[in-house]
Amino acid sequence: MPKLRMTGRGLWITFLIVPPLAFVALFIVYPIISAFAYAFFDWQGLKRLDFVGLENFHTVLFVEPYRSWTLNAFKNNIIVFFALMVLQNGLGFILAYALWRELPGARFHRIAVFLPVVLSTIIVAYLFKLFYHPLFGVVNISLRGLGLDGLAQPWLGQSGTALWSIIAAQAWHMVGFPTLVFLAGMQRIPGEILDAVRMETESEWVKITQIVWPLVAPSATIVFTLLFVGAFNWFELPYIMGGLDGSPFGSTDVLGLYFYRTAFGNVSAGQQDFGLGSALAVLIFLFIAAIATVITVRLRAREIQI
Amino acid sequence: MSTATTTAMAYQDRRGILGTLGRDGLLQIILIANTIIMLAPIVIMVFSAFKTTPQIFQSPFGIPDFTQVSNFVKIWTQTNFLRYLLNSFVVTGASMALILTLGTMAAYAIGRYAFTGSNFILMFFLAGLTLPLKLAIIPLFMLMRDLSILNNQLSLIFVYTAMGLPTTVFIMTGFIRTLPNELEDAARMDGASEARIMWSIMLPLVRPAMVIAGIQNVVPIWNDFFFPLVFIQNDDLKTLPQGLTTFMGEYTTDWGVLFSGLTLSAAPIILIYIVLSRQFIAGMTSGAVK
Repeated sequence: MPKLRMTGRGLWITFLIVPPLAFVALFIVYPIISAFAYAFFDWQGLKRLDFVGLENFHTVLFVEPYRSWTLNAFKNNIIVFFALMVLQNGLGFILAYALWRELPGARFHRIAVFLPVVLSTIIVAYLFKLFYHPLFGVVNISLRGLGLDGLAQPWLGQSGTALWSIIAAQAWHMVGFPTLVFLAGMQRIPGEILDAVRMETESEWVKITQIVWPLVAPSATIVFTLLFVGAFNWFELPYIMGGLDGSPFGSTDVLGLYFYRTAFGNVSAGQQDFGLGSALAVLIFLFIAAIATVITVRLRAREIQI
Repeated sequence: MSTATTTAMAYQDRRGILGTLGRDGLLQIILIANTIIMLAPIVIMVFSAFKTTPQIFQSPFGIPDFTQVSNFVKIWTQTNFLRYLLNSFVVTGASMALILTLGTMAAYAIGRYAFTGSNFILMFFLAGLTLPLKLAIIPLFMLMRDLSILNNQLSLIFVYTAMGLPTTVFIMTGFIRTLPNELEDAARMDGASEARIMWSIMLPLVRPAMVIAGIQNVVPIWNDFFFPLVFIQNDDLKTLPQGLTTFMGEYTTDWGVLFSGLTLSAAPIILIYIVLSRQFIAGMTSGAVK
C-alpha cells in the first residue's frame, strides 16, 4: 500500500514538472547549445555543409571587411553602455533620491517616470524618429522657436549626432526602471540608521555618498548588470531609427544589428550566412556572460549586510 | 549698516536655501522637470493624432479639436491595424495562459514536494533567467522550420512561453514555499487527492504571486518585436509592434495618420497602466527587487 502511494505521488510530480521542463529544454536550452554547434560549420542558406573548425570566428574577427564591421559595432556598443550608465542609471539614482523624500506629488511623479517603460520600444522608436525629423520634428521646431536656429540639425541624418540621438530616446524610454529599483532599495534602509546619520551630519553629500549609496549596493549590482546585458543586446531602437545598416555610414551600427544582418541578410546585400552569424552570436554571448559575471562578483563584494 | 543687514540677510537666505526647505525645493524642481520630459512626448503624440498633417507642421504643440477623428477613421477602414491588434491579443493571451498554467505546475511541484532532483530542476529553470535568447535566434528559426510553424503564431506562443517560465517559476516557487502546511495536511488527513488539494486549497492562495508573475511577462510579450520579425512574414498574422513597421512604411508622409497609429498602439497599455500602476511597477521590477 505505501509503495503504491509513492508511485502515485511520483506520477503526480512527473505530470506537474515534465511539460514546463520540456518547453524550457526545447525552446531555450536546445537552441542555445545549438548556436554554439552551428558556429563551427559552413552554411549555405539553410543548409549545413562541412565542419570548418574556428574559421567562422577567424573571419568575423580578422578578415576584412568583417573585422572593421565587428570593431565598429563593438565600439558603438561600448559608447551606448557608458552613455546609458550616466543618462539612465545615474539620472535614475538622482530621481530615486528625490522620490524617496515623499514630497507632495511623489506618487504622481513615480507613475509618470515609469510610464514610458511600459510602452513598446517600437512605438518609442517611431515617435522619436518623427520628433527628430529635420524640417517638421518638434525638436528642431522648438529650437527654431527659441531662436537657436543654429542648433537645429538633421539629428538622425549625420554621423556625429545619430547614435547620441538614439541613446537619448533609449534613456527617455527606460530611465524609470533604475529609478524604481533604486527607490525600492532606499525604502529598505532602516529608519534607525537614517536617524543616527541625521544626528552625525547635516551634509546631504556625506549622507548620499557614505550611507545611501553603499546601502543600495544590491540594487546597483542588478541595475548595472541588466544595463550591460541590455546595451550589448541593443536592437529595436537602432533598427527602426538608424535602419538595418546602421545608417548613416555605420555610425549607429551595433552588435545586435550586425548579427541580425549577417544571419538573415539585408535588402542591399541579400546574403545570409548562418555560420558567420552564429560565430558572432557565440562571441557576443561569451563576452556578455564573462563581463556580466565579473560585474556581478565585483559589485556583490561591495554589498554590505544591514 | 544697511550693507551689514543685507549681508546678514543674504547669509540667512543662503542658509535657508541650503536648509531643508531649499533642498526639498531643488528636488521638487528636478521631479517636476523630469515629469514634464516624461509626459511631453506622449501628450504631443496624442494631440497630433487629432490633427491634420498641415496642422501638425504649423502648430505641433497646439491643443487640437478632439472631435476631429478622421485619422482614426482612416486607420479603421483602410489599414490592417485591427487585425494586428487582434493578433497581439491572441498571441499574448495564449502565451500568458500557458505561462501561468505551466509555471504554477512546476513551481507547485518544486515548492510543495520534497523529491530528489528538485533543486537541480529549479536551477535548470533559473539558468534560462539570464540567457539572452535573441542570440539563439538562428537555431530557433531552424527549429520552427522543422516543426513547420514558421509563419504561424504558434512559433511566437511557444517561444514566449519558454521565455516566461523561468521568471514565473522563480517568483511562484518562492511564494509557494512560504504558504503554511496546516491546511494541506488537514485536507490530506480527510483523504483529499493531491490534485484536489492543489486545485481547491493551494491555488486560491497563490493568486497574488500569479499577478506579479503575469505582469512581469505580459508587458514584454505584448511589446515584443524581434521574434515576429524573424518568424512571421504573412501580413495577416503580424502582431501590433511588427504591424506598426508595415503601417509606418505605408503612410510616411501622412503624419496625422502616423501619430494616430502610434496613439492607438500605445493606448491599451497606457490605460491599463494608469489603472494598475502599483501592480505594474511591482511586477516589472520584481526580478530586480528582492
